[in-house]
Amino acid sequence: MSRLPVKKTYKLFLGGEFPRSESGRTYEAQGQNVARASRKDVRDAVRAARGAVDKWSGMTAYNRGQVLYRIAEMMEARAEEFADLSSGRAEVEEAIDRWVWYAGWADKYTQVLGSSNPVAAPYFNFTVPEPTGVVGVLAPEQPALGGIVARLAPVIVGGNTAVVLASESEPLASIELAEAIATADVPGGVVNILTGHHSELAPWLAGHMDVNALDVGGADGELPELERLAAENVKRVVHGRTDRQSPYEIANFLELKTVWHPIGV
Amino acid sequence: MTDLERRQDRSPVPSGWDYAPAPEARDIVTLQERYGLFIGGELVDPKSGEYFPTLDPSTEEPLAEVAQAGKEDVDLAVRAARDAFENGWSDVSPPERAKYLFRIARILQERSREFAVLESLNGGKPIKESRDVDVPLSAAHFFYYAGWADKLEYAFPNRRPKPVGVAGQIIPWNFPLLMLSWKIAPALAAGNTVVLKPAETTPLSALLFADVLRQAELPPGVVNIVTGDGRAGAELVKHEGVDKIAFTGSTEVGKAIQRELAGTGKKLTLELGGKAANIIFDDAALDQAVEGIVNGIYFNQGHVCCAGSRLLVQESIYEPVIEKLKQRLTTLRLGDPLDKNTDVGAINSREQLEKIKELVASGEAEGAEIYQPPCRLPEKGYWFVPTVFTNVAQSYRIAQEEIFGPVLSVLTFRTPDEAVEKANNTPYGLSAGVWTEKGSRILSMAQKLKAGVIWANTYNRFDPTSPFGGYKESGFGREGGLHGLEPYLDFDESDARGG
Repeated sequence: MSRLPVKKTYKLFLGGEFPRSESGRTYEAQGQNVARASRKDVRDAVRAARGAVDKWSGMTAYNRGQVLYRIAEMMEARAEEFADLSSGRAEVEEAIDRWVWYAGWADKYTQVLGSSNPVAAPYFNFTVPEPTGVVGVLAPEQPALGGIVARLAPVIVGGNTAVVLASESEPLASIELAEAIATADVPGGVVNILTGHHSELAPWLAGHMDVNALDVGGADGELPELERLAAENVKRVVHGRTDRQSPYEIANFLELKTVWHPIGV
Repeated sequence: MTDLERRQDRSPVPSGWDYAPAPEARDIVTLQERYGLFIGGELVDPKSGEYFPTLDPSTEEPLAEVAQAGKEDVDLAVRAARDAFENGWSDVSPPERAKYLFRIARILQERSREFAVLESLNGGKPIKESRDVDVPLSAAHFFYYAGWADKLEYAFPNRRPKPVGVAGQIIPWNFPLLMLSWKIAPALAAGNTVVLKPAETTPLSALLFADVLRQAELPPGVVNIVTGDGRAGAELVKHEGVDKIAFTGSTEVGKAIQRELAGTGKKLTLELGGKAANIIFDDAALDQAVEGIVNGIYFNQGHVCCAGSRLLVQESIYEPVIEKLKQRLTTLRLGDPLDKNTDVGAINSREQLEKIKELVASGEAEGAEIYQPPCRLPEKGYWFVPTVFTNVAQSYRIAQEEIFGPVLSVLTFRTPDEAVEKANNTPYGLSAGVWTEKGSRILSMAQKLKAGVIWANTYNRFDPTSPFGGYKESGFGREGGLHGLEPYLDFDESDARGG
């Protein structure tokens, strides 16, 4: 008699743990029952993300770069599984390389994006980029793996934490990614991944008063409404692109802080 | 007699002793009775047919009549800007574009007295501020951005910057000419054309600026100026021919604009309100800190979005700081904005004065203790005495809401962590001040404060090279510096490594 394989239960990734939706709901996608997050799960995820901001943004840039690189390492080890859950090996390799590329930016973007400013008075004046805080990300439906990686990496390399709504139709790669992230020394709460219906969850994320920025790159329809909700606390609305990598994708989620101090004896 | 009263008795300005008036002559300003809209290079009558008076807020006397731009007028201005963008301005080579901006900077310097007097007349701000801050900084902004016009590829390597097109810009009444310069200089340097809507109460320096553009021989339609109240601004925001909106003003209006533009794909930058903490540690140089507190909140009558309106004092030095502050307030000279001795001028409008009074009344009602120095207010005009509130709880409206007037709320703290917690406990995040002689503490505080501008051992400094703008509900985008160009550019990064 052949052995019956042990199947995985696909759950949410929230605060470094893998809970079911508090609503007890699932929906079927890619032949599996997948957790169907509720608006309360969205709020819990935002709270977890907010709680992780100080720790993540307080780590050294060198350290954050190494953690991102370790995500690539953990993905490489699961490359076969990822290939089965996405369009295939090419998408997986590109996603891994994208983490490596952004990992290298962790201790460089401040030098490219910041400045020292020659003010016309005896003051030392400099501008440094800083994380905006908690970022909501609507991952695109496709590519199932490449999409979420292309949007998540520039958010967290800058010291932000993220609440991601995974691809609704192909969520399994996102959960697989969560499992790689959970073993990559990423502090709990830095990345939170929710599966479920975008139309049900996105408005709660867009209107949440403790979310600082919203990447609507993966929104289909409803864009004007999501942007209107985002205005409630003046969120930075980003139309993220999955088809490129750039330090300016990081810059979209950064604030610029300018510091003045007199020069004297 | 309290200690304070004894000190007041020894005040450098004994009671009954007055400064001799030192009024700046106003005859350098020649006003027209009535102004049209600046569209396509000339002042034209508004299609709306509507005009409204603009006042001297220190006397409530009308200075001139100004046009109220209607929907049709805004449309004409946007078309003029589009036409200028497509037929001419885009063909001007970047080095030549730079030279127009250099010319504007020079003419502003040449006509600085005229602008300073007009700015004080129409806005109510002390002449020494318009003369020493507003006008020179305006010229400096044009001079700074002039040099960027032909160097954009160096500012944005690998991004192939190109202008956005027509920029719609809406500015407030607290620094009319300076905000105009913050908006127009980077927009033109980046190669855009502009439709600017000055604030309802302070249109005159923008209309005089139109004459600077004539002298600079800027091609018609590159800059258009439509005056009026919020209705004109709303028409500009809604207009389909505008590619980018830049707004400086209240958070409430900023949110409405963000909602209005939702889903349109128009670029947007917002420079909104603030409720900045000015934090005084017990090792600060106290006399300098007190000057910084005064400059932080009473500069420009407190009509400053980055004003240090919440004073956070370390408990151990609370009493000496408050005593020195009250003492200093007795020496502030309030009065005629055109008098060169004046420290505190007129409140910009009756509406703003009512708002300040309402919030101050709420502070007293909620239980804060009010202090106002003895002060004679002029009989006409809009005036408010510099005010300090002590015994303020974080929940009071005067600790939460932007007052935009000469009103300071004092809170205390014990530890640096508590100071950070209180300073950041606001939806705003525009600016903050830190006063301490300990370098490592300055850097630590600067890191932890959620604000776009941190002034350490100084306050309310501005410079064209220095990016300015907020975190959180104080807006997004930066003005000033290299970073201030970005909102006015589109980028072609199609060759960024793709997927």
